[in-house]
Amino acid sequence: MRVYLDNNATTIVDPYVFGAMEPYFVQKYGNPNSLHEFASETHPAIKQAMEKIYAGIHAPKEDSVVITSCATESNNWVLKSIYFQYILTGRKNHIILSEVEHPSIIATAKFIESMGCRVTYLPINHEGLIDPQSVRDNITDKTALVSVMWVNNETGAIFPVEEIGNICAEHKVLFHTDAVQAIGKLPVDVQSFNVDYLTMSAHKFHGPKGVGALYMKKGKELLPLLHGGSQMGGYRSGTLNVPGIIGMGKAMEQAVDALDFEMSDVRQMRDEFEDELLKIPDTFVVTPREKRAANTILISFRGIEGESMLWDLNREGVAASTGSACASEDLESNPVMEAIGAEADLAHTAVRFSLSRYTTQEELDYTLEVVKRAVVRLRGISSSYAYAPEGYKSGH
Amino acid sequence: MGMDSLIGGTIWSEYSQKVTDSMNNPVHKGEITQEQADAMGAKLIVADFGAESCGDAVRLYWAVDPETDIILDAKFKSFGCGTAIASSNTMVELCIGKTVDEAVKITNIDVENAMRDTPDVPAVPPQKMHCSVMAYDVIKKAAALYKGVDMASFENEIIVCECARVSLSTLREVIRLNDLTTVEQITDYTKAGAFCKSCIRPGGHEAKDIYLVDLLEEYEKEKMAKAADASASGIAIDFAQMTVVQKLKAVDKVIDTNIRQMLIMDGGDMEILDIKENGAHFDIYIRYLGACSGCASSSTGTLYAIENILRQKLDENIRVLPI
Repeated sequence: MRVYLDNNATTIVDPYVFGAMEPYFVQKYGNPNSLHEFASETHPAIKQAMEKIYAGIHAPKEDSVVITSCATESNNWVLKSIYFQYILTGRKNHIILSEVEHPSIIATAKFIESMGCRVTYLPINHEGLIDPQSVRDNITDKTALVSVMWVNNETGAIFPVEEIGNICAEHKVLFHTDAVQAIGKLPVDVQSFNVDYLTMSAHKFHGPKGVGALYMKKGKELLPLLHGGSQMGGYRSGTLNVPGIIGMGKAMEQAVDALDFEMSDVRQMRDEFEDELLKIPDTFVVTPREKRAANTILISFRGIEGESMLWDLNREGVAASTGSACASEDLESNPVMEAIGAEADLAHTAVRFSLSRYTTQEELDYTLEVVKRAVVRLRGISSSYAYAPEGYKSGH
Repeated sequence: MGMDSLIGGTIWSEYSQKVTDSMNNPVHKGEITQEQADAMGAKLIVADFGAESCGDAVRLYWAVDPETDIILDAKFKSFGCGTAIASSNTMVELCIGKTVDEAVKITNIDVENAMRDTPDVPAVPPQKMHCSVMAYDVIKKAAALYKGVDMASFENEIIVCECARVSLSTLREVIRLNDLTTVEQITDYTKAGAFCKSCIRPGGHEAKDIYLVDLLEEYEKEKMAKAADASASGIAIDFAQMTVVQKLKAVDKVIDTNIRQMLIMDGGDMEILDIKENGAHFDIYIRYLGACSGCASSSTGTLYAIENILRQKLDENIRVLPI
């Protein structure tokens, strides 16, 4: 049996999404910007897809939802444009982030920091959550932007973006949220709170890889990151990714339709699975589940290094993660675990299970058995559960 | 760069079959109790190395024959990734039957070699080489406990790159002998820095006392101090070895004492604009001032005279280029 529980890394493409995209590879392949029938026959589907994406986040028509190649591009775009528009010109000198943003925010911030921008990294507390008050405390009259993710990819923790957005509005500071892990897991309505920019990625909600988007509020438009043939209103040049846009539109529609299922059925399955995992002795979960997206569990198994756990799970066909998939080659401990200030011995023991609406009860039952076997085997090898002679003191 | 680094790897697919088997079934995992050791008439040694908070910890058990110093049996327990577990298992295998003195000579490189399927294909990808280092350290710890000595007594050298086991003295020597100026060169010459990369500069996954960049800086400062000392004590140092500032000063001095007077008498002067290394040549860019600019001889006779004097006094590869 093969079980995919790494849905915060990427998701299966919904078959309806794939079906919607399929005609736009071989049959209708025109460049939408050309002047002929091959081009114009792609327009209705693109328009429809854009309408679905707008509807999915309740964006008013006068605002812009610019299609990009991925969330990394959207995040880079926001920070770099803010740098060009506000920092380089000397109007402002400061931005604020959480310390557990995705690498596409952190690394870009480090880059503009090296060019002279001051960056404040807000800490998260022992539950992996952010105190909105810390945003208020750090805003100055030179702060250009606050960027805080909506849902943390590692823990599933939901950050208080509405409160943070309001604080930003009060201080006339721009507010960006990376909502990559929020779409399809929470209701997203850009009109219900103050938000200027919002990042999305299709492949996190059963759409295709290689398509993302950035929502920009009217009057808060950024400078283009990619200059060229003026596609996407000149905000993002490059031939339109026709099948990608159509796929993202369909995926957004499906995600919105499935939201109730996600928030009730997926949540219930997740909760029951988590209950069972926590029955294994010496297991720990940090963020309380009511403060988490419905699909995510980050759990520590004492005495078992995360990668070993993945190894045993993978041997029996179960896919999970020790953290951000982009970082699976590097040997650092889970940065979120470190930020949370988890007991040092647990920093390398976190494993993330992330479900989706495609996850079945049968898969979770099977996974539970696999996890139990892995825990017995790996703790049998582990020095944390090893015999020590009487009076022996472990010294390093 | 290149294609392989562009798409990244799946590290597990680079493990040898032996690493995989060792992880799946680490036959030497387990413990030796006091009773078991007593039954063998052996001394029980239990040694820990590393810490779970660092991501890797290993506990090594030895039953050593006190008469012969031979390790009769060995077991391990490990908190770590697949490579760490497989390395510990292989290390234990290599220990059994050896004397304590022989065992101390087993390095992480021996462990890695023993895990290879074929002699010239590494058992683990470079970034995982570090996970085998602990298997080596814990042996020294066990031997130190057995002999009642300090662990440092087995290490007569300071190791900078633990993955490739390159010592501080070797690195210092290689850098000086070959006049190395980049980390890449050091890696080419010694393999230091080729694996987990922690030893290159601060910020890797393990803090070090000294990094490769420190050694380069140390050598650079040493060269500079040497050059400064030489010029201060009036010893003529090789023009090619001078820093840019020193070159500039040297050229200026030669022009001042040997050339400028001559030009001024004709109502002219010159200034140095830049010095550039161009292959084997040192190109000195100058500008004529006053009467010299526009003088016919400034691009022929005078120029040759200036160039000749500089070549004689400083370096035969000097070229003078008027702008």
